[in-house]
Amino acid sequence: MLSIKNLHASVGGKEILKGINLEIKAGEVHAIMGPNGSGKSTLSQVLAGNDAFEVTSGEVTLNGDNLLEKETEERAREGVFLAFQYPVEIPGVSNLQFMRTSVNAMRHHRGEPEMNAAEFMKLAREVSKQVDLDPAFLKRGVNEGFSGGEKKRNEIMQALLLQPKLAILDETDSGLDIDALKVVSDGVNALRAKDRAILMVTHYQRLLDHIVPDYVHVLADGKIVKSGGRELALELEARGYAWLGIKDEATAASSAN
Amino acid sequence: MATTDQEVNELIKREYEHGFVTEIEVDTFEPGLNEDVIARLSAIKKEPEFMLEWRLKAYRRWLEMKEPDWAHVGYPKIDYNSISYYSAPKRKEDMPQSLDEVDPELLRTYEKLGIPLHEREKLAGVAVDAVFDSVSVATTFKEPLAKAGVIFCSISEAVRDYPELVQKYLGSVVPHTDNYFAGLNAAVFSDGTFVYVPKGVRCPMELSTYFRINAANTGQFERTLIIADEGSYVSYLEGCTAPMRDENQLHAAVVELVALDDAQIKYSTVQNWYPGDENGKGGIYNFVTKRAACIGKNSKVSWTQVETGSAITWKYPSCILRGENSVGEFYSVALTHNYQQADTGTKMIHLGKNTSSTIISKGISAGKSSNAYRGLVKFGPRAEGARNFTQCDSLLIGDRCGAHTFPYIESLNKSAIVEHEATTSKVSDEQMFLCRQRGIDPEQAVSMIVNGFCKEVFKELPMEFAVEAGKLLEVSLEGSVG
Ligand SMILES: Nc1ncnc2c1ncn2[C@@H]1O[C@H](COP(=O)(O)OP(=O)(O)O)[C@@H](O)[C@H]1O
Ligand SMILES: [Mg+2]
Repeated sequence: MLSIKNLHASVGGKEILKGINLEIKAGEVHAIMGPNGSGKSTLSQVLAGNDAFEVTSGEVTLNGDNLLEKETEERAREGVFLAFQYPVEIPGVSNLQFMRTSVNAMRHHRGEPEMNAAEFMKLAREVSKQVDLDPAFLKRGVNEGFSGGEKKRNEIMQALLLQPKLAILDETDSGLDIDALKVVSDGVNALRAKDRAILMVTHYQRLLDHIVPDYVHVLADGKIVKSGGRELALELEARGYAWLGIKDEATAASSAN
Repeated sequence: MATTDQEVNELIKREYEHGFVTEIEVDTFEPGLNEDVIARLSAIKKEPEFMLEWRLKAYRRWLEMKEPDWAHVGYPKIDYNSISYYSAPKRKEDMPQSLDEVDPELLRTYEKLGIPLHEREKLAGVAVDAVFDSVSVATTFKEPLAKAGVIFCSISEAVRDYPELVQKYLGSVVPHTDNYFAGLNAAVFSDGTFVYVPKGVRCPMELSTYFRINAANTGQFERTLIIADEGSYVSYLEGCTAPMRDENQLHAAVVELVALDDAQIKYSTVQNWYPGDENGKGGIYNFVTKRAACIGKNSKVSWTQVETGSAITWKYPSCILRGENSVGEFYSVALTHNYQQADTGTKMIHLGKNTSSTIISKGISAGKSSNAYRGLVKFGPRAEGARNFTQCDSLLIGDRCGAHTFPYIESLNKSAIVEHEATTSKVSDEQMFLCRQRGIDPEQAVSMIVNGFCKEVFKELPMEFAVEAGKLLEVSLEGSVG
C-alpha cells in the first residue's frame, strides 16, 4: 500500500531524513522506534505533506500513486491520516464543526452527500464513547484547553471518524497514564483492518504491549538502522538504544519507567 | 503555503459581489458646497425653517474646523467642492406613497442585494428602510409598527412629521461641533432613518436600514436618530454596499441613540462598502460618528459591528453612560484586506454611578492592510462603582499586514475598575496544516479559523445576520491564503 524509496528530506537546509526505505502492505501495523530527534515526526509530517519540510529526493507512493506531488488536503482525502504528536489549538472553532467539515470534505471527494449537523452529532457521540471522551468535548474549541491525554484521544477519535487507508500515529502514546494508554490502544486496535495500513511512531515499547505490531523499525539519525518483528522492540527495551550504537539521552528515563 | 501566487491572484480577482451600478434617471446637484446648496437641499426636502437654520449654523462652524489627522490612516486630501451633495432617483411626485410607486429598477436593485422590499417577498420579521444615495426610497412594515406605536421612517419624513422629537434630540448626542465629519454631516445630511419606540413598548420586529451608494462623485451623508423611551426595547441593523468605482467616495454618517430609563437599544452594523481593488484603487471613505446617550437609569446600549468593507474606516461607536446603572457594550469585528485601512474602536464615558461597559474587539488583518483599535474608557468623578472590561484581540493573516492597539484610560474616580486584555495571534501554519491534513480546503480553513476568532462577537448579532456576517468574512478573505 505505502512504498517509500530512498526518501531524503530537509528543513532549513539541514538534512533530517537521509534515505528512508519502507514498504507497508494493507492490513499491516508497522512501528517506528527511535530516540528523540531521530526524525520520526519529520517522516510523519513529510508523508502527510507538510511543506515546512523539503523533500530533496526519493519516492513515495500510496497504492501506486505518487504521493509527493499531491497537496496535503488531496493526500488526506485519498486516505492519509496523521495523528499529531502535538495537536494545535483552534480557538473558537468547535470540535464538532471542525470534524464535520473534515468528514464532509472527505465525503465530497468521494461523491457522497454531506452529513447534516444532526446526523453527524449522532455519529460523533458514538465515536467519542469509543475513546472515552465526554461528548462535552465536541462543543469545545478544537484542542482548546485539552489536557495532553485528551488531545491524543481526540486525534484517535478523528481517525475512527475518517476511517483512513493509511493512519500515521505520531507518539500517540506519549504523555498518557496507564488507563488512557489502554483507551487509546483499544482505539488503535479498532482501526486495524485488512484494507488499512498503520504506521505507529513511538519512543517507548510499552505501547507495543497493547498494539502488537507486525514489524518494528529502528530509526536513527534519519535512517532505518534495523528492522525486525515484535521481538526487536522487546530487545530494544531490554538493552536500550545503545545496543545498536545509538546515542539517546532519554533511554535511561524510558527503562526506568 | 502551497497555494501558488498564480492561484492567489485568481482568487483575488473575484469581484466584489455588490459592485454593480443601477441605471436610473437621477436629480443630482452640481458638485460644490456653499450656503445656497444647503438651502436648495433643505427646500427639496420641504424642511421647516428650524432645520435650515440648524444646517447653516453647522456649516458656518464647519468652515472653521480642521480635518482630523490623528487616526492611523492615510489618504489624499479630499476636495469638498468636487463632491455632489445630493443625488436622488427622479420621480414625479415627492414621495412614493406605496411600494407600487417605487421605480421597479430600484426594487430590482434591492432584490439583487438580497433585500426584497415587495409586500409578498419582504424579509420575515424585519422591517427595512431602503436608502438609495441621498434619499430613502421605501420603508416596509410601516403599518404593523405604527400599531405598536413605533415610529420608523426616513429622517426627512420625521423632520416634517415629528418636528418636536427631532428638535429635541437631533444633535443632542453628537453636536455639530463634535468633529469635522459630524459638522459636515449636520450641514448636508440628506437622509437616513428615524426610530421612536414609546414607553414600555418592545418593538415587535427587527428594524433595519439598507444603505446603498449608487451615483458617482456623490457623498452620502446619512443621519440616523433612534430614541428608546422608558422601558422600551429595539433591535436595529444597518447594512451597506456600493458599486465598484475607481474614484474614492465619501460616506460621512452620524448616528445618535438615546436610551431613557430602563430602555434598551441593540444596534448592529454589517458594513460592506466597496473596499477598493487589490491595488488599493477606489473604495469608500467611511468616516462615521456613532454615539449613544444612556441618559436613563438602568438603560443599556449594545453596539455590534462587523466591518469588512470600505477603503478607509474611521469609526468609534460610543456610549455616554450618564444614567445610574446604565450599561454600554461594544462588540466589533473589523477585517481589512489588500490595501484597506481601518481605525476603529469605541469610547465608553462613565458619568453615572455603577455604570458598566464591555468592549470586545476582534481585528483581522490580511494582505497589506492596516487595522487599528482605538478605545477610550473614561470615568468621571461621580462614576462611583463603575467598571469596564476590555478585550482586544488581533489576528494576522500573512506577514505584510499590520495591527495596532491604542487603548486610552482616564479615571477621575478611584473606585472605578478596569480590566484590559489584549492578544495578537496569527493564523499559524500549524493550524492550516492541521485543517488541510483533515481534508479541508485552505480557503475554507482560513475562513473557519477567522470565524472561530470572531465567535464572541457573532453571537451578539441577530441570528440571520450572524450567518450573513460569517459568509461575508469568507468572501472578504478570498485570496488571503498565500
Ligand atoms: N521545523 C524545524 N526546523 C528546524 N529543525 C527541525 C524542525 N523540525 C525538526 N527539526 C529537527 O529535525 C530533527 C528531527 O526531529 P523530529 O523529526 O521531530 O524527531 P523525533 O520526532 O524523532 O523526535 C531534530 O534535530 C529537530 O531539531
Ligand atoms: Mg517526534
